Amino acid sequence: MKSLLAPGHRGCAGCCDAMAAKFTLMGAGEDCIVVNPTGCLEVMTTPFPETSWEVPWVHSLFENAAAVGSGVEAALKALGKKGNTKIVVMGGDGASLDIGMRSISGAFERGHDLTYVCIDNEAYMNTGVQRSGATPFDASTTTSPAGKVSFGNPRPKKNMPAIIAAHGSPYVATTSIGYPKDMINKVKKATEIEGPTYIHAHAPCTTGWGFDTSKTVEVAKMAVNTGLWPLYEMEDGEVTKVRKLGKNIKPVEDYLKMQRRFRHLFSMEGGEEEIAKIQAIADKNIEVYGL
Amino acid sequence: MTPENKLDKSKMVVVEGSYAVAHAVKVCRPNVISAYPITPQTHIVEDLSQFMADGEIPNCEYINVESEFSALSALVGSSAAGARCYSATTSQGLELMHEVLFNVSGMRLPVVMTIANRAVSAPISIWNDHQDAISQRDTGWIQIYAENIQEISDMTAQAYKIAEDKDILMPAMTCMDGFILSHVYEPVVLLEQDLTDEFLPAYEPENILDPKNPLSFGAFADPNYYTEFRYLQEQAMQKALKKIEDVANEFYDVYGRYYGGLIDEYRTDDADIIIMAMGSIVGTIKDVIDKLRDRNVKVGLLKVRSFRPFPVEAITNVLKDAKVVVVLDKNISLGLNEGALFTETKSSLYNTDIRVPVVGYMIGHGGRDIKIDTIEKIIDEATEVMKTGIKIESQFTDVKEELI
Repeated sequence: MKSLLAPGHRGCAGCCDAMAAKFTLMGAGEDCIVVNPTGCLEVMTTPFPETSWEVPWVHSLFENAAAVGSGVEAALKALGKKGNTKIVVMGGDGASLDIGMRSISGAFERGHDLTYVCIDNEAYMNTGVQRSGATPFDASTTTSPAGKVSFGNPRPKKNMPAIIAAHGSPYVATTSIGYPKDMINKVKKATEIEGPTYIHAHAPCTTGWGFDTSKTVEVAKMAVNTGLWPLYEMEDGEVTKVRKLGKNIKPVEDYLKMQRRFRHLFSMEGGEEEIAKIQAIADKNIEVYGL
Repeated sequence: MTPENKLDKSKMVVVEGSYAVAHAVKVCRPNVISAYPITPQTHIVEDLSQFMADGEIPNCEYINVESEFSALSALVGSSAAGARCYSATTSQGLELMHEVLFNVSGMRLPVVMTIANRAVSAPISIWNDHQDAISQRDTGWIQIYAENIQEISDMTAQAYKIAEDKDILMPAMTCMDGFILSHVYEPVVLLEQDLTDEFLPAYEPENILDPKNPLSFGAFADPNYYTEFRYLQEQAMQKALKKIEDVANEFYDVYGRYYGGLIDEYRTDDADIIIMAMGSIVGTIKDVIDKLRDRNVKVGLLKVRSFRPFPVEAITNVLKDAKVVVVLDKNISLGLNEGALFTETKSSLYNTDIRVPVVGYMIGHGGRDIKIDTIEKIIDEATEVMKTGIKIESQFTDVKEELI
């Protein structure tokens, strides 16, 4: 399969964004137009006058990618050029769950034929690891640091797939860059379904989460195998497929101890109770999704 | 020399200003319209929506967005994909678009947008002044102000022709005074489809989002490259100075209607006092001038159509023989106590040999009526300036002392 993201970009070694973009393009194919909000992926792939993109690509601002995607789709329709061309928006968790929320909500409510891929590395990595609405409970970031009276981020992740499904999206799926085939297949399926479809890809960031550059995929898989990041598909609002973990379920501790952002939980007084709270989040996922 | 306006009275119909604009947009054959409702722009987008519902705009998509921010953002995508794009907004909506305005211009996307000029909150006000558009003057949009409904309607086709020119490729705002023009019924000639098809060529951009020829739009520029992007935008603005004049003349050749190019003049030939203004107030000023000319007051009008690019040369040419210049502004730069047209007119004159006193009046904020008496009083004061020099350089007009 031809890679549509050329090498030579400025991504870190072990960069999750590069993997996510590559897998997304493998699923969407050459006949697509990519819209990219501001973020690591945009910065690392398009330092003027260079570009890594082998498909048409447009970046406008941080908070408006879904609206830009709406406009691309409308233009192709108006000009009689839509055909099978797919509109794929790829945005980070900050651009998607926080600042771009309104524009995503609008695009999905209006029913544009586009696929939105949220590449979720659970904080604002491009600006130096600040918390976002996707930052998990107790993760230490530069704006939710662990400290003498804090275990880090005080809130759990916003459930974005549920919000998108509530807009009436025909297809919503979670995936992980740790499972390339899963991601490619889901993107392919999403782009082939008419209407606004959504892929939420979990993407561990070596720099922001604090693990060795060789461990990106391993960390991603561990998030899935603890139940902290369930992989499922929703069609017309109903969960239709789930990746079962069966006997392979790992304790969340195995996932947390791989990462610098959770290391305070293993040294601070009361850390054990906090880890138990995170285990409870995983247990709930295991129950709700029947992992 | 101002060409004679050949209005074909047999073609005139009485319509609301907003309808005339919507009709003009339709005739320009847009591909994507994206807009969010806000008073007093609403009638324009309602009329366009009705045209869409009646199938009267072929090859067009109308996007009912969830905010002005997305209205203009959607057009970034549409324009980059090769569509002729339109939006309309005002006041809070335009201010909400601020970040996108820079982006559209920086990406050189020739979007055209009508602004039904309105005051800005707080205090909230739905009535007319120019603070909304003036506050966006540095965003890289061409800004042209209309005097009446016929002009704003015809300006729509002119704006597309200017913006889409391959030497320009800059977005354009066509500005009409909210309510005063948007909600008033006047006899106008609706923009003619056959003449517009002759006047305005189809939009055929060289670079578009196309899977057969993948290009990247909106890359980031480090300090090695950023300056040149701004420089080229300014070059395009400077080229637009001539293009605006050319397009006004071409428009006259095809339609027989003319409102000035960068500027227009009224009875300025021998004028000692020249009043400068933009928008619908120009009509009131012309009436006052006619009245005062009958009393041998040598007063004339310099109507500024193009605020961006700012027509320095055209303005100084008109002002060079004046004895006093009076600038009326429906806006204020808080902290300078001046309106923008006043400041920029003074700036245009500064490094020249022209020595003429310039006084500024901030007027009509938040829709306060501008009366003939007020204009007459201002001209009386200008007569005093000619005799005794400037006493007050820039001031608010019609402040109600009892409310302060």
